Amino acid sequence: MHRRCKEVEAVAGEDIDMNKAIISVKALVKIYKMGDVEVHALRGVNTDIMKDDFVAIMGKSGSGKSTFMNIIGCLDVPTRGQYLLDGVDVSSLTKDQLANLRNHKIGFVFQSFNLLSRTSALENVELPLMYNKKITSREMRERSLNALEAVGLADRAHHFPNQLSGGEQQRVAIARSLVNNPVVILADEPTGNLDTRTSLEVMGIFQKLNQQGITIVIVTHEADIAAYTKRNISFRDGRIIKAIEVDKPRNAAEELALMPVIVEEDDL
Amino acid sequence: MKMKNLLIATVRSLSKNKMRTFLTMLGIIIGVASVIAMLAIGQGSKQSIQAQISTLGTNVLMIWPQASSTGGVRMEAGSSQKMTLEDVTAISDRCPAVAYVTPQVRTSGQLVNGNMNWRTSVFGVYPNYFEIRNLRLSSGSLFSMNDDRSATKVCVIGQTVVTNLFGVNADPIGSFIRINKIPFKIIGITEKKGQNAFGQDQDDMVIAPFSTVQKRMMAITHIQSMLASAKTESLIPTASQEITEVLKAKRNLGPSEDPDFTIRTQTDIANTATATSGILTILLATIASISLLVGGIGIMNIMLVSVTERTREIGIRMSVGARGRDVLLQFLFEALLISLLGGFIGVTLGVLVSQLIANILSWPVTITIQSILMSFIFSSAIGIFFGWYPARKAASLNPIDALRYE
Repeated sequence: MHRRCKEVEAVAGEDIDMNKAIISVKALVKIYKMGDVEVHALRGVNTDIMKDDFVAIMGKSGSGKSTFMNIIGCLDVPTRGQYLLDGVDVSSLTKDQLANLRNHKIGFVFQSFNLLSRTSALENVELPLMYNKKITSREMRERSLNALEAVGLADRAHHFPNQLSGGEQQRVAIARSLVNNPVVILADEPTGNLDTRTSLEVMGIFQKLNQQGITIVIVTHEADIAAYTKRNISFRDGRIIKAIEVDKPRNAAEELALMPVIVEEDDL
Repeated sequence: MKMKNLLIATVRSLSKNKMRTFLTMLGIIIGVASVIAMLAIGQGSKQSIQAQISTLGTNVLMIWPQASSTGGVRMEAGSSQKMTLEDVTAISDRCPAVAYVTPQVRTSGQLVNGNMNWRTSVFGVYPNYFEIRNLRLSSGSLFSMNDDRSATKVCVIGQTVVTNLFGVNADPIGSFIRINKIPFKIIGITEKKGQNAFGQDQDDMVIAPFSTVQKRMMAITHIQSMLASAKTESLIPTASQEITEVLKAKRNLGPSEDPDFTIRTQTDIANTATATSGILTILLATIASISLLVGGIGIMNIMLVSVTERTREIGIRMSVGARGRDVLLQFLFEALLISLLGGFIGVTLGVLVSQLIANILSWPVTITIQSILMSFIFSSAIGIFFGWYPARKAASLNPIDALRYE
């Protein structure tokens, strides 16, 4: 009974006014204990991420950006501090409640795509909806096909990941992150395993989704990828050292159109 | 997670690795098939023994006098001469649970017909012996109590005796043979009964009226044993009790004193014989169960490997909202489905193998519903038991570590 109440609470609040923060963290501290040694991954982070924002989180490895990502992705809980996701205080939730929150409010995109192998693109995209009790099989199929269409892969629905290029695999992963209508998409180095051109494609999709009103947070260490976002937050040693608005975000779709077309030999 | 989605996820992940799924299943298949086949063989031999025991007759009780002793030297069982026809009358008069009772004497006789001769047992009994022993005549007629009273020299003979004295397919009804030089008229031939549970040929005997054998052939006044039948199978213990009481009373023996006779019932004999085949069944089933157990350990092994191999998948599932319970159930269902499917194929295979054994080796084989149900329950229990630990391991993974796992 208790769980059901929480579930309802988590789903509520679909319409958020423009000024409301989707993600709001205050004095976030994360300490890992490696044996006797304490590692301070986050040393008091304060930030708000508003609806419709497109944020790049930057920093060297060990700067705490991944830990930050894990916490705002509800994969991990902070040691101290407050984290409100879409108005819900996450800090005190149980494992199951966190899973439920991930299912309803968050979409993940990973550097290494993380698609299920030997599973069709469509079935991969369906995955988050499998864990949503309220969705019927037909709805699941429809929404998954729509998500694939949104990333331009409707014709590849029945391909397996090993039959898709890296860029296509990442687009399937984006479709998967979209399918549950999350309040925010979190992407961890989404272009890290991709070449320049496919990176542009992926950033183009993110920009398009952002224009449709989806809040996106990406982690990257590439400055030129961050240039396609609206706001850059830099981490160092577990703290935010710089948060800047990007003056004039670059437009991935336009740049892609200007790039010389490379004809893959396979396609001949 | 909805039950339907859980099943879909389970089937999808099993069908992704068809070969591995099949090989894992193989342990259960072989285990279940051998349990089914072994139990079928065990049950079959048990039933065929029971069928043979039933050739003794219906609800039979055998009453033997105790061994006699002369000056402290004890003789063989049944050598006492204290049993008389009065005992037979007393039992038939005063034991309501007893349907029939007949005295029995047995001697061996040299049978002669022309130039052919044969040695066999000659039984002297009342005509109701045929009721007790479920004997039927294939031709001719039975002697009567009048024949017994007048000690008529008539006899009924078994098929083996016919073959040995008259040749195959002969019809000796009405012919005379000499038994120990006494001429007997053959009035009937018994139906073929075959071997009994102990390998004796039940068609190799001569049956004649009691008085004829007792007085004319053996020249004795006592009877060697009695054969009785209870009215129903459930009345066998009651009949045995009644006979004991009547005979003890006739001998002025108190209830606590040891009787000078022994009663053996058909149930006793059947129990002894089936106990042996029961032990055999248990032995076979145990060996088969061990292979089922090994199959279960195979499932656990593969599931454990699979948890490690699929760590990343578990991480992905958790990142999109799978709770620990969802992962646990999926792995448990996979193990359960493997063992149930294996159980199903195993049962089919077991039935086929049993039929093959029945046809090729012509062993008696009986497949019982119980053994099929038991195999199913056992194999699903194995699935849950051996699937539990790997499933728990999968469910307890931390999503961050699982996603990072290489």
